[in-house]
Amino acid sequence: MAAFIQKVLEIVQRYWPLFWAGTKVTLLISLTGTVIGLAIGLLVGSVRAVKVEPRDGLGARVVKRLVHALTSIYIEVFRGTPMIVQSVFLYYLLKPVFNWKPTVAGIFIVSVNTGAYMAEIIRAGIQSVDQGQTEAARSIGMTPMQTMFLVVLPQAIKNSFPAIGNEFVVNIKDSSVLSAISVTDLYFQSIGVAGSIFLFTQTMTVTASVYLVLTFTTTRILGLIEKRMGRPRSSFPASQTVPGNPTF
Amino acid sequence: MENIIEIRGLKKHFDKLEVLNDIQFSVAPGEVICLIGASGSGKSTLLRCVNLLETPDAGEILVHGQNILRGRMDVNQYRAKVGMVFQSFNLFANMDVLKNCMVGQTHVLRRGKEEAREKALYFLRKVGMGDFLSASPSQLSGGQKQRVAIARALCMDPEVLLFDEPTSALDPEMVGGVLEVMKDLAKDGLTMIIVTHEMGFARDVSTRVVFMDKGVIAEEGTPEEIFQNPKNPRTREFLSRYIQS
Repeated sequence: MAAFIQKVLEIVQRYWPLFWAGTKVTLLISLTGTVIGLAIGLLVGSVRAVKVEPRDGLGARVVKRLVHALTSIYIEVFRGTPMIVQSVFLYYLLKPVFNWKPTVAGIFIVSVNTGAYMAEIIRAGIQSVDQGQTEAARSIGMTPMQTMFLVVLPQAIKNSFPAIGNEFVVNIKDSSVLSAISVTDLYFQSIGVAGSIFLFTQTMTVTASVYLVLTFTTTRILGLIEKRMGRPRSSFPASQTVPGNPTF
Repeated sequence: MENIIEIRGLKKHFDKLEVLNDIQFSVAPGEVICLIGASGSGKSTLLRCVNLLETPDAGEILVHGQNILRGRMDVNQYRAKVGMVFQSFNLFANMDVLKNCMVGQTHVLRRGKEEAREKALYFLRKVGMGDFLSASPSQLSGGQKQRVAIARALCMDPEVLLFDEPTSALDPEMVGGVLEVMKDLAKDGLTMIIVTHEMGFARDVSTRVVFMDKGVIAEEGTPEEIFQNPKNPRTREFLSRYIQS
């Protein structure tokens, strides 16, 4: 046991620059991928929340149905296939077009993959907002767009913040599959170290610890933000919320 | 005087259920109309048709003589002029009290921030909520929420204000404050259509009472006519359940 720990510490001491470099790539890809994925999800999710209304003309109906069908295909394909398969497929498919580096391809793949999940998270978030909010917005003359962006979406994002944050944590871990297209992330660096010294268990102890620190810290930070968001900006003593007489 | 709203032959059904059947109904400036009737009689649906939250199946809704169901009428501009106060308040949960009253003015009526703020302050004070500008809706009691909702509607300078059972979701001790606010609006000459189960309020405040039953207007008249001398037996039966000694 002592020998094992001894080895682990040696690996850290000797190879920490590689682990550190990998950690930076992992964080870059998962953070950027989550942010871009959220943007995609907001767009696709809110488009999917638009329903066909009885007042719509034929043109509007056709466009709405078409958009719905296309976004459904996107979501089903990216949620229904492994990201490791998506990464190899897209990396080599688009290499002749973009001539991209693995890291760039990695960000692209994580973004598009996350976008599919985010779209469903946002759509569910939108549906969780009380219908009365929409009616109130429409009743004071807001357009469907204004209703979405001023009233519904802010509440939807707040409601689905835990799920959105969870996607980030998932991406920190799952970006490790990008080593399949030789993205130099934490896992890729680790496996390189392990292979060169032939100490897989010891090396992966370090790797797992780093991942755990990353996900644990992220979860805590997200929890704090969540707590903050739930709290109203101002506070009133309970005694002030008893009904006062209207002053005419 | 010319009618603001005139409804002819309005029909609406949900699946197989006939909710409104051939409704004729008009609103003149300054009228305070109370819609009464049993649950499911179509009162709320009629009100919701007036500002197009429900799309009627047939009939005409003429606003200053123009049919809003035909052609490319700007529904949003029309709705801005017809305020609505809901049973469940529906204050925007992501905005504080002041912002609730400003957002429609700045984004729909395109008023400047200062003007919108002034107006919001004026009406919030009027309904007795001037001390709660930065409160979030979740911090308010039902009665307070409803008063803010009324202020929000008033900020749009509506020609007609619609109330859909505004006190039904309130604790009994909150009802009075909201009804007081509405009485004062009526005194100011605001045109209002009110779906209500508050018979005392309907009798005291309205200029006309409309009794609805099974999707039709069974009887309408002045409060005296309806409450003291109802002609339709169904009106009589309905009111007998509400009469207190």
